[in-house]
Amino acid sequence: MNQLSFRIAWRFLKSSKGQTLLILLGITIGVSVQIFIGSLIDGLQKSLVDNTIGRSSHITVEPLGREADFERNEDLIVKLQDDGRAAKIAESYSNSGFMVHDDDTWPLVMRGFEIEDADMIYRFSESLTEGALPQNQYEVMIGATLADEALLDIGDTFLAINPEGNSQEFKISGIFDLQVASINQTWAIMQIEDAQVLFSAEDRVSAIEIQIEDVFAADTIAAEWKTLIGEELQITNWKDQNASLLSGLSGQSASSYMIQVFVLLAVLLGISSVLAISVVQKSRQLGILKAMGIKDRAASWIFLAQGLILGIIGSILGTGLGLLLNWSFSIFVKNPDGTPLVPFYFDPVFVVLSMVIAIIAATLAAFIPARKSSKLNPIEVIKNG
Amino acid sequence: MADLLKLNKINKIYGEKIKTQVLFDIDLSFEAQSFNAIIGESGSGKSTLMNIIGTLDKPTSGEVLIDGISTSSMKKEQLAELRNQTIGFIFQFHYLLPEFTVLENVLMPALIKNGRVGEAERKRALELIDLVGLTRVKNNLATDLSGGQQQRTAIARSLINEPKIILGDEPTGNLDSQTTESIYALLREINHDIKSTFIIITHDQRIAEKADRILEIKDGRINMDVTK
Ligand SMILES: Nc1ncnc2c1ncn2[C@@H]1O[C@H](COP(=O)(O)OP(=O)(O)O)[C@@H](O)[C@H]1O
Ligand SMILES: [Mg+2]
Repeated sequence: MNQLSFRIAWRFLKSSKGQTLLILLGITIGVSVQIFIGSLIDGLQKSLVDNTIGRSSHITVEPLGREADFERNEDLIVKLQDDGRAAKIAESYSNSGFMVHDDDTWPLVMRGFEIEDADMIYRFSESLTEGALPQNQYEVMIGATLADEALLDIGDTFLAINPEGNSQEFKISGIFDLQVASINQTWAIMQIEDAQVLFSAEDRVSAIEIQIEDVFAADTIAAEWKTLIGEELQITNWKDQNASLLSGLSGQSASSYMIQVFVLLAVLLGISSVLAISVVQKSRQLGILKAMGIKDRAASWIFLAQGLILGIIGSILGTGLGLLLNWSFSIFVKNPDGTPLVPFYFDPVFVVLSMVIAIIAATLAAFIPARKSSKLNPIEVIKNG
Repeated sequence: MADLLKLNKINKIYGEKIKTQVLFDIDLSFEAQSFNAIIGESGSGKSTLMNIIGTLDKPTSGEVLIDGISTSSMKKEQLAELRNQTIGFIFQFHYLLPEFTVLENVLMPALIKNGRVGEAERKRALELIDLVGLTRVKNNLATDLSGGQQQRTAIARSLINEPKIILGDEPTGNLDSQTTESIYALLREINHDIKSTFIIITHDQRIAEKADRILEIKDGRINMDVTK
């Protein structure tokens, strides 16, 4: 394309303002709907996935079968750390026992962690309703429900007993609310060493819990690591355990793509028909230009350039409008607790891709009118005035 | 002087089923730098002949040679280039581009030729606009001009690429007689100054008499051919 086609295209667009604005409006609305729906569904899925697995293990290394724990393997930890895809790694020792306080007994799941590592996955510190994370020996953090039922408070002590009868006194350093009833009811979070001592399981762990950056690669990464962990251990990932959530998500994505495709199609047909009309309207001008020696290719480009210009301007306006809609949605549509129903989510790759597709589509929509223009014979125009 | 333009046995037949022959074995040649007038009754075939000369239309048989080169074997692209660089058109109905100004219309053939407009072309366009007396309205849109002004714009436009041949099909057909006089005076002046070859269709006898040569077409044949 040269300056010639572009200048004529620009002038044609400028001189029929009503028509130009109409097409622009069409592209703008189309692209904004596309960006809005796409980003909304994306944001929805992101927050859904985040709510589901944001504060839990993505990939877990566990003992096989009915074993409760396995020999701690420093080598394996180093290898996992060196892999780079494991963003957060926490070893844990967990086992079941009881809590005794004021002559009452409650079942207790004792979860021993390297507290600092585990805090990065579970974000305990954000879930604290009172007190602090366990820092010293025999300090423990219990759930809000359990604390209520047993009338326990920060600084109080209770006896933790393992099934064999070994017991140890723990002091409550903090009370948490992890938003899951069973956890708030039964978990006691403590230093890993304290749990190991209580169950006479020094240097043994019951799980390596790992969060990864690219959560949707959990299954493939887990499959790769299978060779790393050896025969005696098994590896699970969140995707295997959340199949119904995943199929829900992919159904949602499919319907989102469908909507986007149909919106795009409608816009395409709109541009194509308006430009086709404009070829007829401009046939006199095309005849004159051809009599003066414009080549068919350049004549076609006049219409392709119109599509291109409309596509570029329309997709910029549409992206702006779409993102504005997303932003308003996140500001004005809220959950009962005041957090946005769907958080504002901006995926530059999706946005740029939508724009590029819209621009290419608009140019392609101009293709039929462009061909029509190249077939026009100047003699028809010259003779018929 | 050498023949710039030569027609060999041009026939033109319109229609597939009901055939109407409009031109019959026309043999003609035009000298470079000459000023030729074509006259004839309405429907005699003048426009058909001119459109064939200008390569806008194809003869049913026969050939057109420009500068000794036959146009019959040329492709669409080559013909477009030939029209752009060798032929200037002035039509009865002006045919300016309404979206563009006088200056832009005059520059359009140069823009088509080079894909861009340089300083030299701009300067030349302004000179031509001055020559046809439109400097005052050079930035008006083509639609904001009187009929005479539009025709002067079309004349300036036909000259911008310095074509060897200028074809006019009743260029003053719908103008008043005073404007007609001044347009022809202008065309003759240009013919003297830049030595282009002019072929002008007119039915104004007084105008035709000022030409170097008068051709009369009658029922698709050359009825009269006088050179002064
Ligand atoms: N496309 C066409 N089909 C059939 N007849 C045509 C067509 N174009 C022109 N004619 C006829 O050819 C004859 C010559 O037309 P034209 O060259 O325009 O004459 P002039 O310019 O001398 O008035 C006329 O009788 C006209 O009706
Ligand atoms: Mg005629």
